[in-house]
Amino acid sequence: MSTVAVWEGIAAVVAASTLGDVLQSRAMKEIGDLGLVRKSEGLWTVIRRVATNGRFMLGLGFMAVGFFSLLITLSWGDVSIVGPASASLTFLANALVAHIYLKENVDRRRWMAAICVAGGVALLAH
Amino acid sequence: MSARKYLVLLVVIVCAACGDVSLARGMRAFGAVTLANLPTLYTAVLSPWTLLGILLLLGFFASYLSALSWADLTYVLPATSLSYILMVLLAKFFLHEHVSIWRWLGVALIVTGVGFVANGPEATPGAHRHNRIETVYGPVGAVGEVADGTGEA
Repeated sequence: MSTVAVWEGIAAVVAASTLGDVLQSRAMKEIGDLGLVRKSEGLWTVIRRVATNGRFMLGLGFMAVGFFSLLITLSWGDVSIVGPASASLTFLANALVAHIYLKENVDRRRWMAAICVAGGVALLAH
Repeated sequence: MSARKYLVLLVVIVCAACGDVSLARGMRAFGAVTLANLPTLYTAVLSPWTLLGILLLLGFFASYLSALSWADLTYVLPATSLSYILMVLLAKFFLHEHVSIWRWLGVALIVTGVGFVANGPEATPGAHRHNRIETVYGPVGAVGEVADGTGEA
């Protein structure tokens, strides 16, 4: 498989994983603090609210797509490239999309955290 | 941040690392799984280490969702990346794997990254349902920022 195809696969993994993460984060923001909901309305209410949230289920679907895209991309290229590249680029993509879509306050400190963790995860594959 | 929230982050970190290590330990006992010996996979899934790994990863997912319900994604991801460090330590001392200098450098970078978010606020004001204030003009944040206002049930 060509290098271009491997990087297209990595892009698909990063896109699907990021969409999965931000949709689940958005869903949890809508539902509210699960600990407080459990205290006031019980565990079954927590489970029902999470399981019936459309964004959560869509996020779960994207996470599944990301997982299977990773498996397919791993069969195309070296694990030492595909694994760390997809994991660390997902960290950076999450910070960008969380700022744009979730309206999170991603200040310089959080950008530095995302860059350091992304670099660290990439190095762990060596 | 309350002790309960620190505990949730700790559960995310421990369950993620121990879940992955348990799965690795369980799967290694059965060797490589290929299409030719696919039934081995069913036996492997039912082994105690693999079952423990699956249970721990379920615990990880539940606590991860709980953390996302009161903290920003850009806080939770770096904060819980300490699980990578725990995984390296478990790989070295429990699975007896070789850990190269590059991996230790990666560990140092992750610790630095966690340090950047450790003392900052865990949530953007008004971004989560429990810290929004409802007004006649719609939901606003705790410090008066206008929230996105699309997520109310």
